[in-house]
Amino acid sequence: MHTDTAPPGTEAPAFYLDEDHAHESSTMLGFWMYLMSDCLIFAVLFATYGVLGRNYAAGPSPRDLFELPLVALNTSMLLLSSITYGFAMLEMEKDNVRTMQVWLAITGLFGACFIGIELYEFAHLIHEGATPQRSAFLSSFFALVGTHGLHVSLGIVWLIVLMVQTAQKGLIVENKRRLMCLSMFWHFLDVVWIGVFTFVYLMGVLQ
Amino acid sequence: MFSNPDLQKLVFGRLSLEDIPYHEPILQVTFAMVALGGLVVLGAITYYRFWGPLWRDWLTSVDHKKIGVMYIVLAFVMLLRGFADALMMRAQQAVAFGANEGYLPPHHYDQIFTAHGVIMIFFVAMPFVTGLMNYVVPLQIGARDVAFPFLNNFSFWMTVSGAMTIMASLFVGEFARTGWLAYPPLSGADMSPGVGVDYYIWALQIAGIGTLLSGINLIATIVKMRAPGMTMMKLPIFVWTSLCTNVLITAAFPILTAVLALLSMDRYVGTHFFTNDLGGNPMMYFNLIWIWGHPEVYILILPAFGIFSEVTSTFSGKRLFGYASMVYATVVITILSYLVWLHHFFTMGSGADVNSFFGITTMIISIPTGAKIFNWLFTMYRGRIRFELPMMWTVSFMVTFTIGGMTGVLLAVPPADFVLHNSLFLIAHFHNVIIGGVLFGSFAGVTYWFPKAFGFKLDPFWGKMSFWFWTVGFYFAFMPLYVLGLMGVTRRANHFDDPSLQIWFVIAAFGAVLILLGILSMIVQFVVSIRNREALRDLTGDPWNGRTLEWSTASPPPDYNFAFTPVIHDLDAWSDMKKRGYERPLKGYKPIHMPKNTATGVILGVVSIGFSFAMIWYIWWLAAATFATMFLVTVIHTFNYNREFYIPAADVVRAEGQRTSVMAGRA
Amino acid sequence: MARSASPSRPPARTAARLLRGLCAVSLSGLLAGCNLVVMQPSGDVALQQRNLVLASVGLMLLIVLPVIALTLIFAWRYRATNESAPYDPDWHHSTQLEVVIWTAPLLIIIALGALTWISTHTLDPFRALRRIDSSRPVAAGVKPLAVEVVALDWKWLFFYPEYGIATVNELAAPVDRPIDFKITASSVMNAFYVPALAGMIYAMPGMQTQLHAVINKPGEYAGLSSHYSGTGFSRMTFKFHGLDDAGFDAWVAKAKAQGSDLTREDYLKLEKPSEAEPVKYYKSVADGLFDTIVNMCAVPGKMCMSEMMTIDAKGGAGKDSTENRERLRYDNRHIEQGDEAPGATAPASGRTPHGQEQPQGMKPDGNNPHVHENGTKPENQMPAPERDSVAPSQLNNK
Repeated sequence: MHTDTAPPGTEAPAFYLDEDHAHESSTMLGFWMYLMSDCLIFAVLFATYGVLGRNYAAGPSPRDLFELPLVALNTSMLLLSSITYGFAMLEMEKDNVRTMQVWLAITGLFGACFIGIELYEFAHLIHEGATPQRSAFLSSFFALVGTHGLHVSLGIVWLIVLMVQTAQKGLIVENKRRLMCLSMFWHFLDVVWIGVFTFVYLMGVLQ
Repeated sequence: MFSNPDLQKLVFGRLSLEDIPYHEPILQVTFAMVALGGLVVLGAITYYRFWGPLWRDWLTSVDHKKIGVMYIVLAFVMLLRGFADALMMRAQQAVAFGANEGYLPPHHYDQIFTAHGVIMIFFVAMPFVTGLMNYVVPLQIGARDVAFPFLNNFSFWMTVSGAMTIMASLFVGEFARTGWLAYPPLSGADMSPGVGVDYYIWALQIAGIGTLLSGINLIATIVKMRAPGMTMMKLPIFVWTSLCTNVLITAAFPILTAVLALLSMDRYVGTHFFTNDLGGNPMMYFNLIWIWGHPEVYILILPAFGIFSEVTSTFSGKRLFGYASMVYATVVITILSYLVWLHHFFTMGSGADVNSFFGITTMIISIPTGAKIFNWLFTMYRGRIRFELPMMWTVSFMVTFTIGGMTGVLLAVPPADFVLHNSLFLIAHFHNVIIGGVLFGSFAGVTYWFPKAFGFKLDPFWGKMSFWFWTVGFYFAFMPLYVLGLMGVTRRANHFDDPSLQIWFVIAAFGAVLILLGILSMIVQFVVSIRNREALRDLTGDPWNGRTLEWSTASPPPDYNFAFTPVIHDLDAWSDMKKRGYERPLKGYKPIHMPKNTATGVILGVVSIGFSFAMIWYIWWLAAATFATMFLVTVIHTFNYNREFYIPAADVVRAEGQRTSVMAGRA
Repeated sequence: MARSASPSRPPARTAARLLRGLCAVSLSGLLAGCNLVVMQPSGDVALQQRNLVLASVGLMLLIVLPVIALTLIFAWRYRATNESAPYDPDWHHSTQLEVVIWTAPLLIIIALGALTWISTHTLDPFRALRRIDSSRPVAAGVKPLAVEVVALDWKWLFFYPEYGIATVNELAAPVDRPIDFKITASSVMNAFYVPALAGMIYAMPGMQTQLHAVINKPGEYAGLSSHYSGTGFSRMTFKFHGLDDAGFDAWVAKAKAQGSDLTREDYLKLEKPSEAEPVKYYKSVADGLFDTIVNMCAVPGKMCMSEMMTIDAKGGAGKDSTENRERLRYDNRHIEQGDEAPGATAPASGRTPHGQEQPQGMKPDGNNPHVHENGTKPENQMPAPERDSVAPSQLNNK
């Protein structure tokens, strides 16, 4: 296993580095791991929905409640925001702060529209009596979709902070790294939403 | 307080003066003790004018070594609290027979066993292993700090915040009466109204976030910051076990976060995840909490295995036997620990196929674990074993843990579990592995690395006293519980009718007293060692003839750990360097890039205590204010780009020159 | 497996004696009756479980004893002061040894795994018994004694559907007749456990678990809840009587003679939290009471879970079904009726924190004379939740 052990007595190799040893940044790895752990939170919520999603408690079911056209519109908002975030990143690569910020702003707007539509949907459901307290199905629905919405809202706030920071400091290394992290975060939420859309809405209405 | 009840509710939520138990004797004594202890500490800090250094060098420090030490101090402090709970339970069960009700009414006793479990796992065992990993891992891989130094500080303060929240439940309101995992439906809003379970939820939620972040941090550190030449198969074994533990943390704690969040929604919003009614499913909680809970057991024990490996190899004067198989065993345990959770509730009636699947996967874990024990055995074989304190803990561990492992495998046989589940046999089993494994491991680790952290060894006499009291006390305290389990006695009862049980409880209480003497000896050991520190001083930085990199630097290590980054050629790098006549470089020092200290972590920690307190007592304005504060502090922190500085080369020259002269003076 | 599962074989019995002896010797006769009931059960199921415990321990000792011995021997032999022992600092690998140390535990686990698979299936509590004891199979046509068990806050209610009787905190069964327990709970989880009879199984509200067992020796045995369930848990015990056929008939007759009727209203009163309930008999039971308890609709006006599940399977009851919610709320009845919840803490308990006052349902005693009764402290009374509120009731407290 450890054949590279030099026999004692041979000339000792260098045991210390003369140069300063710079580590490559661990931020990307760390952020990936954070995303994976967040993914597990969603996994729990999906599993919960899987277990409780048919327990309507003699109440409304997905077919009674969900309006697919609205959800489709909502989904397109989020998908578009991912594309525009991509454009922002392309501009970041070219070091165009202004254009990048414009794309970021558009991304934020799409995100805000998504949240707005979601809130409208929630308000509508609650108005109809389909509250989270009504049944285990609705509890798990609101938990899953609401947690996703909370993430998107947080993403929007983060986006605004980064817009201010890039305005202040320009595209320095730290800011680029942060924009990369937010990019991963944003696309991650997109992927989760595709799961929500398929698993909760489509399968709920079409079952 | 207010004549208008609405106003009072607005300002204080559901908190009122009646919720402070100032007239209960037990709580008065506790409060007096805590206050007295606190006053002594505060007084000492003032007397020695330590406030400035405390703030600058410790509380706001991002140095992994300082943070590691603070974790361990937290663990020792909380050990005292958790053990006081244990003593109270042992005393109650030793006397409460027949007409004698004991001195603890059930609703108080229930809080004590819940608090004991929560504190011992989350605020004793976890800080011990996290602290040791924090201290040792960067040193062992030749790094200058962890990957995210600020995050490390923040994680620590989150853990402290959780611990403080639990402590607050002693003096304001009550703690949960549900058992340490707060199973619904008992822990739900309808069955456990009041603040108890809310204290539980927020303490764990906040500490859990800290643990998760520190897990991510250490993985990134181990993956990215190893010294050149240190390939994965040249990692010190403690680093390997730490890596696996942190992978487990990262993959398990989000589940705890999620399941606690669902329980809090049941309690705060009135949802139906775990209620009996409206489609909720309490059995789902059992599954989810144990999908976190079982890996948690291995999160605790794997670093202990790593410590024992390092200690055995060092004190046997030998390379670890079967390094590669040790690594594979660790990895196999890591993976398998996710496939066994259901063995915690065979008695729920999942059916024979499911039960036997989980039973057998559980047993399979004992194969790599057994292999590990053999590896330690054969490391001792043909060694020159020096019975210093860490090695004594190790031998005691090997015997004790083997017994605990055996009873564990027994409990993994579902039909056997049907008669032993929830009995005192089970209690004896898991104390057998957690005390014998995690705690003995932590003590071995603390004794082993103490001279590294402070530059002098711990007093061996009081250490040995403590060792013998603990070991003998452990057997006295828990062997009777095995017997009681076989007599069909269940856990968590505060009163018994059958007088023939009493003698066993009395023996167990005697064992607890012996352990108390062990803890007292430990305190004496620290005091005596500090007073005799000059006699116990180690100037070499390598008091045990160590094998890994942490022993190559000064004790205590300078802030930057290593003036030059080491280059690794073999496993047991330091041993290899010594064998091949390395030379310590004496010139060519350069300025060293280091992270700056920051107060953000402390501030967030303190504010988060306020936040959880406000949430627990429904003081909504305070919850909103503290939440907004935390949010703002975090955002403001991101506007600080100036987080690093250089230690000037002159300072490095001075520090290293001092070490050179010290070592020359010795020689 | 077959070898150790047979109770008439000597090794198991000797081991049990040995254990008992050890237990007595260790305290040098201090202890007259060290009753290791799990090791000396009186029912065939528990006996098979005992044998399984012994067989597993035996198998594991094959490896555990050598390990402990080697640890101590190596620790002693290779101590630093023993200069005569060989010292080989570079010896750290041996393929043969590695193979052995992985294979030895593996073999044990293969044996134990096989034992586990077989025994888990034969001793599945949901499976009807095949034998009365090691020598007697269950005769064809024998109908097991049906017993329906309800874990209440903090007492046990047993129904005997065959005889139309019910009892509180007393269980009886004829010797050598298979018993078929159907088990549920009213509010929180418990576990039904008679150590001398068979292993435990959870009693869960809204669910029904099963346990098949048989008692082989007449006698009086202890039964208990072995899953913590709140304030009165410690005294949630009962007596289990193993009786001969005549004795059992007499016991049934006694219950019929001394008992009262158990109507739904009586049940709802009985269900309120109380501890150390004396034994009670009921000569008749309201129709389908056990089913309504399992389906959580014993309270009048509540919808049964079975009905709810039928509706759900058909796709729910649509949007205009808000009134169903109240009919399905079941957990809140403690608070609605002004009873203290089993795990209540300050401030919702209405008692001072960590105080000496006993919770509702607890019996007063010398040390703790006060009992929290309803209405004794009006200022701390838990308010009934507002009807239209969706939030859990404790949100409205204080």
